[in-house]
Amino acid sequence: MSAPALHVSGTARIGAEHVFGPLTLDAAGGAWTCLLGPSGVGKTTLLRLIAGLDDVTGFAGTITASDGLPLQGRLALMAQSDLLMPWLDVVDNALLGARLRGNRPDRDRAREVLERVGLGDHLHKRPGQLSGGQRQRVALARTLMEDRAIVLLDEPFSALDARTRSQMQDLACELLAGRTVLMVTHDPAEAARLGDAILVMSPDRLDPVAPPPGPAPRAVDDNATLRAQAALLTRLREEA
Amino acid sequence: MRLRGPLPSVLASAGLAIALWQAVVLLAAPPAYILPGPWDVAETLWMARGQIAHHSVYTMAEVLLGLTLGAILGALSAIGLAASPLAQVLLRPMMVFSQAIPVFVLAPILTLWMGYGIWPKVVMALLIIYFPVTSAFFDALMRPPGAWLDLARVMGATRARIMWHIRIPAALPGLASGLRLAAVYAPIGVIISEWVGASRGLGYLILLALGRVKVDLMFATTLALAVFTLLTYALVDRICRRWLDAPSGPA
Repeated sequence: MSAPALHVSGTARIGAEHVFGPLTLDAAGGAWTCLLGPSGVGKTTLLRLIAGLDDVTGFAGTITASDGLPLQGRLALMAQSDLLMPWLDVVDNALLGARLRGNRPDRDRAREVLERVGLGDHLHKRPGQLSGGQRQRVALARTLMEDRAIVLLDEPFSALDARTRSQMQDLACELLAGRTVLMVTHDPAEAARLGDAILVMSPDRLDPVAPPPGPAPRAVDDNATLRAQAALLTRLREEA
Repeated sequence: MRLRGPLPSVLASAGLAIALWQAVVLLAAPPAYILPGPWDVAETLWMARGQIAHHSVYTMAEVLLGLTLGAILGALSAIGLAASPLAQVLLRPMMVFSQAIPVFVLAPILTLWMGYGIWPKVVMALLIIYFPVTSAFFDALMRPPGAWLDLARVMGATRARIMWHIRIPAALPGLASGLRLAAVYAPIGVIISEWVGASRGLGYLILLALGRVKVDLMFATTLALAVFTLLTYALVDRICRRWLDAPSGPA
């Protein structure tokens, strides 16, 4: 799969109120781009605009894929909350997309994907019987089942404890390889570990920051990664 | 004293109520045609058990039929309203206004239209529970977590499939609370309708006993009716717990 690059350019307003921009965002095809910034700067709004979910914010500009095809139907979304349906078991949650589109649910593939995210022993449990980390693994499996070229991640690991979070980062990085990933995060450590490109967002611009050397996911104790994390945090503190 | 389960509490409470009743009868000494004592009523309940059982069958059938039809109609109406903004605009004010009519005034009209059989009772029960069921389910259908709907939109879901796979299952606990109310309301509708015109049923038996000044039979029938209402509630509650209440664990 050669995933297209994502290009966003424009200004967002709600009524007369300025939200962000004018700014330009380029997420390279098949790479992992981290969008970092303080709360309230409009990261999630930007992500929702790309996903076509924001009916409130007025966006003057363009949101396009590099291959010129429409974005609709080629995106998958994973949010901070796992958004699992409590009445469905793990397999049926992974198959939600197929159900909602009226496609034939491919149960064998769901089992295979759930096996890959390490939930092979929990296929028929309900979300209420799983830990927070396991639930987020189901959400990742559901995202993978969508098999979309572009994946939007909205702080998907921020509610997890540090150990689980780092494991989920490794897993997501491995399984989403080859797709165009745009991840909103407020965690400099996460951006430093995962980003092939890192963008720091402020209300009126997006600044690229050079990611640490080496392929993602970078080791949690890698010196260059830790230095990059510290530099990002310093930068965020200066922005405020 | 340590009590386990609800049964000791229920028995103690019933014992207290009977003691108070007996005390009033002893102290005020009303004539038996005003207030019979608990013993008289218990005796009548036993002696007239065949008669009460015979009439109970009709009342129970009317209540259960009315509940079933009202639940189905109410649930379908709620889904229809939730699915169609046009239906909301046209029908919701009408439904709210219809609630300003005390449902009881319809009982004579229903008897006029449908005669003395079970159907005016069933329809009365249906009418009295229709609004609580529709309203509780509709409110729940209109409040699914927005993030679920966002996810569904990105997945390319149609409105009908979002309704079937997300909004309806998420709203079932709301339907359950409507049905629990309905279980208590339905017998009221049936009894009113039986008073207006019937030749069978517990409401009819109460009026019959009044006409013959068999006050002990009135009391016995009322007790039987209360027990049946509790049983109906227990049945509906069981169904709700089994099928409709929120699945275990947080969403």
